[in-house]
Amino acid sequence: MDRPLRLITSNPVDRLARTVEALLVVASQPLSVEELAAAADDDSERVETALGLLRERYREGRSGIVVEHVAGGWAFRAAREAAESCGRLFERPVERGLSAAALETLAVVAYLGPCTRPEIARLRGVAADSVVAGLLERGLIAEAGRGHDAGGAVRYRVTPLFERVFGLESLSALPRLDDLDGGEVDLRARLEAVAERRPA
Amino acid sequence: MEVGELELDLDAFEGPFDLLLTLVLKQELEPADVDVAEIVLLFVERLAERGELDLDVCGEFLVLVAALLELKARGLFADESGDLDDLDAEEAAEELARRLAEYRRIREAAAWLAERLGAEGGRFFRVGPAPLAPSPERRLARQDAEQLAAAMRSLAAEPAALSLSHMALQFPPVSQFLDRFRALLTRRSRFDFDSEVARLSRPEQAVAFLALLELRKVGEVALAQAAPFAAIRVARADPLEEREWIARSA
Repeated sequence: MDRPLRLITSNPVDRLARTVEALLVVASQPLSVEELAAAADDDSERVETALGLLRERYREGRSGIVVEHVAGGWAFRAAREAAESCGRLFERPVERGLSAAALETLAVVAYLGPCTRPEIARLRGVAADSVVAGLLERGLIAEAGRGHDAGGAVRYRVTPLFERVFGLESLSALPRLDDLDGGEVDLRARLEAVAERRPA
Repeated sequence: MEVGELELDLDAFEGPFDLLLTLVLKQELEPADVDVAEIVLLFVERLAERGELDLDVCGEFLVLVAALLELKARGLFADESGDLDDLDAEEAAEELARRLAEYRRIREAAAWLAERLGAEGGRFFRVGPAPLAPSPERRLARQDAEQLAAAMRSLAAEPAALSLSHMALQFPPVSQFLDRFRALLTRRSRFDFDSEVARLSRPEQAVAFLALLELRKVGEVALAQAAPFAAIRVARADPLEEREWIARSA
């Protein structure tokens, strides 16, 4: 049987774990080990040990809140078993109703970003203005400077919120683009077949 | 079936096909926003519903859709048409395959994201604005209430009355000094201008100097000065010497 959730001990790591716990409760964004160490005025290695302790105590099936490594930092979220109740209490406008066009645009920005709207449009074959505006409003992408071309179009990147919504520790958790099936062989075969049928 | 009457229901437009074309031609609708594949699908569906192939309608549709596609392609790849023109057929097919594959991979990535979103649907977490950066410390000099009161007092004091004396300077007439210097030269053959006017005010000294220049002009006196800013020696003019001077100056 799991021990009850009691962190009130005199062990120094337990004391640090309580401090880290408090920092994660007040933060609205994931905090890196370095940020936690700076705020707790302690060293990073001990903070990592304290996080290990918290991770064990706040895990799925044991607690209503779960500590997780997401978007390059550590953060609390609600346990999955409470998702239905949370859903009755809160709306989730960030990812609700994301269209196929929005997901494609997000994929372009996540894999190829920072990139500009013309670059997104070139890849998808349709104008990206309204989709980009919608993703900006949801906070899933953000401006990331301007391009170096003559027009200097605004470039976009995905935000830490994108990583949190999709439960990614970082962008490197995305599958490699080269591993995704582009159907290149099939496409080439079809094009070659068309070329062969064409009169010389 | 009339091609123009084909009812469309697209993200960017809802209505008959001919209205869509009109809006595109009037530049009130961006061709880039129009999903041409969806239009083709709708047309093919209508055609299938009719169960017969009307070649005239199909031909008309092909021409219109091709024009629409060309407009859209020009809008999307305006700066690239030159690059593609340089490619031969095989290279162009290769480039097309590469781009299509690139897009397919992005579609796969989008499908992966959609799947991930479904799996992570039960994630609830606190979302808030980024923490405020600490406001920079304002470095002010030490504040002293007494000093502030003194500064306010000095501002509240009645300012000293402005002297307007320089606006009412009294200049004696030049003739006064002409008479004075002529009288002096009847008694003495020469005198020192600086010591003669030393006790006068600056306006009086200025008028005296004008009188001296006047006397020099009419040839009544001769002026000598050893060096710039040295004392000016004034003497009765020698008529002969004066004539020589005038001749040299002419």
